[in-house]
Amino acid sequence: MLKRKSRPISASAKREERIFYLFILPWLIGLVVFSAGPVFGMLGLSFTDWRISLDDLQFIGLENYTKLFDDPIFWTSVGNTLYIVVGRVVFGVSFALLLAVLLNQKVPGIAFFRAVYYLPTVTAGVAVALVWIWIFNPRLGILNHTLKQIGIQGPPWIFSKTWVKPSLILMSMFSVGPIMIILLAGLQGVPKELYESAEIDGAGNWAKFRNVTLPMLSPVLFFVIIISVVSSFQNFTEIRVMTEGGPGESSNVLIWYLWENAFIFLQLGIAAAVAWIMFVILMALTGVQFWVGRRWVYYEADTG
Amino acid sequence: MTTRKRKEDVAWHKSTQGRRTIGYLLTFALLVPLGIAFILPFIVMVSTALKPLKQVFAFPPTLIPETVQWQNFPDGWYGHGYVDFTTCTWNSLKITINNIIGNVVSCTLAAYAFARLKARGKNFFFALVLATMLLPNEALVVPQYVLFNRFGWLDTHLPLMVPPWFGWPFFIFLLRQFFLTIPEELVDAAKIDGAGHARILMQIFIPLSKPALATLAIFAFIGNWNNFFGPLLYLRTPNIQTLPVCLVQYQGAYGNTEWHLMMAVATIAVIPVLLIFIFGQRYFVEGIATTGVKG
Repeated sequence: MLKRKSRPISASAKREERIFYLFILPWLIGLVVFSAGPVFGMLGLSFTDWRISLDDLQFIGLENYTKLFDDPIFWTSVGNTLYIVVGRVVFGVSFALLLAVLLNQKVPGIAFFRAVYYLPTVTAGVAVALVWIWIFNPRLGILNHTLKQIGIQGPPWIFSKTWVKPSLILMSMFSVGPIMIILLAGLQGVPKELYESAEIDGAGNWAKFRNVTLPMLSPVLFFVIIISVVSSFQNFTEIRVMTEGGPGESSNVLIWYLWENAFIFLQLGIAAAVAWIMFVILMALTGVQFWVGRRWVYYEADTG
Repeated sequence: MTTRKRKEDVAWHKSTQGRRTIGYLLTFALLVPLGIAFILPFIVMVSTALKPLKQVFAFPPTLIPETVQWQNFPDGWYGHGYVDFTTCTWNSLKITINNIIGNVVSCTLAAYAFARLKARGKNFFFALVLATMLLPNEALVVPQYVLFNRFGWLDTHLPLMVPPWFGWPFFIFLLRQFFLTIPEELVDAAKIDGAGHARILMQIFIPLSKPALATLAIFAFIGNWNNFFGPLLYLRTPNIQTLPVCLVQYQGAYGNTEWHLMMAVATIAVIPVLLIFIFGQRYFVEGIATTGVKG
């Protein structure tokens, strides 16, 4: 890098550089106008008493933040968000790993199953969220009906304060498609020789999984966990269509709290503060993962 | 000696074959029930869409309708003047197609630059691409709303149709990963022939990247077709709404009583995504795998 700087740049390199910036220009404009600009603009606005119009902004310092910290519903929604993040990471990622291991078996028709398992992910949206309301219906829903067949009295799912979050986590396990495929690709990338030498050492299936698959897969697992944390913050559709934060405040997550403050209560300054707190939580979670990841993620020496 | 060895071999072979059969059975014992679970929501949707209302609320619930009522589809679609599904579908289609083209064009350019061009500051900007991949877009909605308000774009399709022309970090990353796999020698040969970067991109990279571009287009189709947050926020006038918003309005207006009609329109709304997925699933699955392996 330094070397290149000290040397005069040739004309063709200069031209290449111009083309580089020309080609990334649309993205760069988009970054400034639609994401980076808004992120920092929002930081400023979170210190203002901002109702609907930008014309009579008043600087109020940290008041929005202190108001938030005094609001018990805010803390409920932080708690609910973390609950769902942890649930989706623990159950979602292990379920996706189970599916990936299954799809990695050499059995006929596996491509068909792969497609079927991916299907709910592509259709995740309003239409399917509506179906899930019906599936979760305590009396007439297919879920409790099936449970009843095996002698279990099913819970009231999204209609109960205790069950609404587990219900949302359960539902999200149907759309683990992308992380399932990424894990599957990771599994297929584990060199066969490692399994062979483990077999020679007399390792059984579990030992092979524990001592070969998991370490080799750990970078991919790490990536997948980060993705699933981020996507756990983006569950607006289900909340809006299925629960509207309820019953009570039991499924009020940060993105819903933000939406309510911004577009129902028209407290845009507070909503901006909520958005910033979301970023900070997300960055903190990612940071923690990188820090913890150093201990459990195994990188091959020659990767790069 | 040799015969004994062969006998052992045969026995060993037989036992692994037996083990393999048991393995097959075990695998299928898990694969099949899970597969059924994954398509169950669709079965519920379609079966409710085909039932008369009386059967929807009948107890115990059934998966197979006793009498099939096809009339639910036209009734749901046209039945209520309040929600115009035909217009909503056209709006969704228009926005989706525009956004696919916008994404493909802007992301191809940026991905080529990041994969193949040398420039000072490139690493810094690529780090920005990666960082913004992790930004939950929904959280940016407040300032974006204000911005689009300033532009006078509220209650038009512009807030939904303009940003896709300015790239999408995930797609840039996906295409860049693919572009990196195209052999350097092809580029060098083209350069010797005097081709500029625009021509190299058009005549070498784009033809060779059809699977990756198809993946991107499918992702963009599904994402935009299912997009709910943006339209809900930016659109007010009924005749410019998109399909997901229409469905929710229907739910608000009639949903608590007319489940059979609502499931009928939900089924129709899902069909385009299903078709795209079924025809493109090979590309799709490969495309996702590419992003993960080097991640």
